Amino acid sequence: MNVTDGQLREVALSRAEYDEICRRLGRAPNAVELGMCGAMWSEHCGYKNSKVLLRRFRAPPEGPASSRSAPTAGATAAPPPAGRVLIGAGEENAGAVDVGDGLAAVFKIESHNHPSAVEPFQGAATGVGGIVRDIFTMGARPVAILDSLRFGPPDDPARGARNRYLCEGVVAGVAHYGNCIGVPNVGGEVVFGRSYSENPLVNAMCVGIARAGRLVSSGATGTGNSVLLVGADTGRDGLHGATFASVDDPQASHRGVVQVGDPFREKLLIEACLEAMDAPWLVAMQDLGAAGLTSSVVECASKGESGMEIDVARVSRRETGMTPYEVMLSESQERMLVIVRRGQEGAAQAVFARWGLHSDVIGQVTDDGMVRVMEDGQTVAELPYSLLTAPPLYVREGVEAPSVRALRERDLSTLPVPDDLNATLLRLLAAPNIAGKQAIYRRYDQTVQTNTVQAPGGDAAVLRLKGTPRGIAVATDGNGRYCYLDPHAGGRIAVAEAARNVSCTGATPLAATNCLNFGNPEKPAVYFQLQQAIEGMAEACEALGTPVISGNVSLYNESGGEAIYPTPIVGVLGLMEDVTRHCPSRFQRSGDVIALLGDTLEELGASEYLEQIHGLVAGRVPEIDLAREGAMQRLCRAAITGGLLRSAHDCADGGLAVALVESCSGAFGLPADDAAGAAPVIGAGVELPGSWLRMRPDAVLFGESQSRLVVSLAPEDWGALVALAGEHGVPLHRLGRTGGERVTLAPYIDVELARALETHATALERGLRVTLPAAL
Amino acid sequence: MKAAVVVFPGSNCEADTAHVIGDVLQEPVEYVWYATAGREALAAYDCVILPGGFAYGDYLRVGAIAAIAPVMEGVRAHAERGGLVLGICNGFQVLLESGLLPGAILRNASLEFRSQWVHLRVEDDRTPFTRRYREGQVLKMPIAHGDGNYFAEPQTLAELEGAGQVVFRYCDAAGRVTPAANPNGSAANIAGIRNRRGNVLGMMPHPERCSEPLLGGVDGLGLWQSVVAALVQV
Repeated sequence: MNVTDGQLREVALSRAEYDEICRRLGRAPNAVELGMCGAMWSEHCGYKNSKVLLRRFRAPPEGPASSRSAPTAGATAAPPPAGRVLIGAGEENAGAVDVGDGLAAVFKIESHNHPSAVEPFQGAATGVGGIVRDIFTMGARPVAILDSLRFGPPDDPARGARNRYLCEGVVAGVAHYGNCIGVPNVGGEVVFGRSYSENPLVNAMCVGIARAGRLVSSGATGTGNSVLLVGADTGRDGLHGATFASVDDPQASHRGVVQVGDPFREKLLIEACLEAMDAPWLVAMQDLGAAGLTSSVVECASKGESGMEIDVARVSRRETGMTPYEVMLSESQERMLVIVRRGQEGAAQAVFARWGLHSDVIGQVTDDGMVRVMEDGQTVAELPYSLLTAPPLYVREGVEAPSVRALRERDLSTLPVPDDLNATLLRLLAAPNIAGKQAIYRRYDQTVQTNTVQAPGGDAAVLRLKGTPRGIAVATDGNGRYCYLDPHAGGRIAVAEAARNVSCTGATPLAATNCLNFGNPEKPAVYFQLQQAIEGMAEACEALGTPVISGNVSLYNESGGEAIYPTPIVGVLGLMEDVTRHCPSRFQRSGDVIALLGDTLEELGASEYLEQIHGLVAGRVPEIDLAREGAMQRLCRAAITGGLLRSAHDCADGGLAVALVESCSGAFGLPADDAAGAAPVIGAGVELPGSWLRMRPDAVLFGESQSRLVVSLAPEDWGALVALAGEHGVPLHRLGRTGGERVTLAPYIDVELARALETHATALERGLRVTLPAAL
Repeated sequence: MKAAVVVFPGSNCEADTAHVIGDVLQEPVEYVWYATAGREALAAYDCVILPGGFAYGDYLRVGAIAAIAPVMEGVRAHAERGGLVLGICNGFQVLLESGLLPGAILRNASLEFRSQWVHLRVEDDRTPFTRRYREGQVLKMPIAHGDGNYFAEPQTLAELEGAGQVVFRYCDAAGRVTPAANPNGSAANIAGIRNRRGNVLGMMPHPERCSEPLLGGVDGLGLWQSVVAALVQV
């Protein structure tokens, strides 16, 4: 086959990669084979630019993996978290950890950025559908969804309307899909920043619960066993989705690559597949995601170290005249590949039929290492799976952009301190990134499945594990601005903050998942960001005892030649032995002592305050000492388990002042129309320690020094907390008392609580309002 | 008391409901598949519950397809026999579509899904579902729906009010029935209604989501306890 540049562009392969395929195959691939190679060798499926870097998550840079027995400073002592990992990164569709009582928590985060930029509603909806399938494919019931979303600013003078449209569409799509399938949406973040204007980020995380000994593999084994395709018919939707996600500028691509989701069918698949788990005929399951049937068949064959032969003529179609190429690369949603013991196809099909699901026996498992595609008995493609799973791996040289270094080194000491710090606090509370997110989260069902102990708005979501005394806590985090200015520190902080949020509930972080959202890795500056962020994340995961057990990479997030801020999103899951002892984020009683765990440094750099108030993205990212972070989190958990703390809340965007207001109201604020506010709203009277008054007031109030928590406790427990902090070597500052109707941080801040809460609770809703024409 | 929880293909609150009845109240409960046909299909149960969810995806009018599912013949017969029927959220929508309760459901006035806690005022404490409450009591319960905007013709509304068939109304924390306390635009802040006979109740809020202290509230428990008490008396 004489392949043209145009054909190669369509399958996103370079001429060199094409030549490599010919060399390994010993012949030129035909058109179907070329399409399959393009999809499997795309960044999205093949991780060709990131795989070498991702190895860092499994082992430190120097020495073999066994050298890990010498723990990094700050690593948790017991139990060894690695012992909790049941399925690690890259082994199956998602990772799994042991959460006791014979149960496993299965979780993963994944991106759907490119489709959401083109068609936000369906892009986001199918993003949720895709990650949920990854979880129940493994035999786990999906119990929670978290979304990490990034959009352009809603108030951008030029692009605000477009940004609001994308946000509205994505939120509506997430709600549509998750609400219908009955999986609560319990957390995540929504962040606005200019770099995401044309390239929003839609990362969805799903957590499932399974019996630990009964996890389902995707490995197709047993020669002669049958291959069943279950669920939706196959159409032309989503052709080239995987390759589309691996090139920049989504605007240049066709809308037809975006799939349309059907959450009702997904719900049927969830129930049918979970029922199938216990059936004697089940061998393996694999969902169809990016690169459709091609990647699922390859995945099953390679995991099972077997082979597979399928006949596309047996695949039920949504439309006539589809070619084998189209059937193999369609990304029609809500489809599963199920490997069934030979002779028991009827029993399997009966289970799916009971749930109203159509299924076709499309082929069988072989043992020759080949993926063979037939059409009515004629071979139309025949490739070794080992070719498809082993794309060339690129190691590039990363170079930091000099402009970024200049921004980081910028002298901030000459910036004026605002005259009215009360007004500055209110402005920050109204800023889209700090304002309460209830306008978004109230559109997601947060309480279905009756496990939600702490709903969105706390530091981490807390879910009970029915039938056990235990609970899990989950949070996601990732700060693009930090990573832009310093990807290494930003990567460390992303992990530290997600783990910190989990620790605030009293849960011990067990493991992490991540989604790496970056620009075009072929650019040295972007590759540098990727490399550094991964290094930082890996260091933090080692220090905090949260191995990476799953993840996803989304590169080429660019438009008009400009990359998004490098935005690794980290999801951390933790476990608590007694869920009734979980610690809330909000103050619970008047008259309690307010204290700060950790220390405040004079750090203004990279803060939300700098960007919102001074219009600056500059300065040094706050220092992060992983040993100190680990000690602080251990102290927090020990204090909660010991019953010393009544609330714990992380100091993050907006610093201590914002954290204090959020401790009064919850991070989402308290909308007037929601009766959730069981506990009365409690004010706070704080007097800043004298030693902090030598620093800039704005740094003390709004700086984002790491490893800090605002906690509250009964006055009689103060002595015990002081002793415990001493044992853990963590600084502890007594700041003041809860109570009253004001928030004060003497000598700088004194605002009426009701006003602060009103601003915080309603700003986002006002900012996101889509202006409709008068006729409507 | 023996309860049946009907399972439509897209129900998603059936396990939550069965959990409260079986694990929290320790009463017998079974699932009944939607395809179970016949007038006697539910004769073995005292109380039949249509749970929340999206019965058939609800791409058509909510509850419209479920209302003609085979099991509904048995539900209707159960109601006619005087058995208890409780529809929660999507189950309420199905009861309206099947004509077991009067009126209809529209999309929320906000045109958005709403997941939040609301206050409810108990308007009738003499039904088998509400005897453990007292009239005027303010309850706190979660709602989670995109279509919860109760609608009825003025004459039907007048009949409902006249016969005291409004069981729950959205209110504020002090029990005042105000427009601000109405989360979905429902006529007369209606959150739940019963039939004339009093053995069929439909409501949008989720009592099964607030029957354990760990979940932030226990105001739903009274409803389940009322049902158990009512059936013990029978």
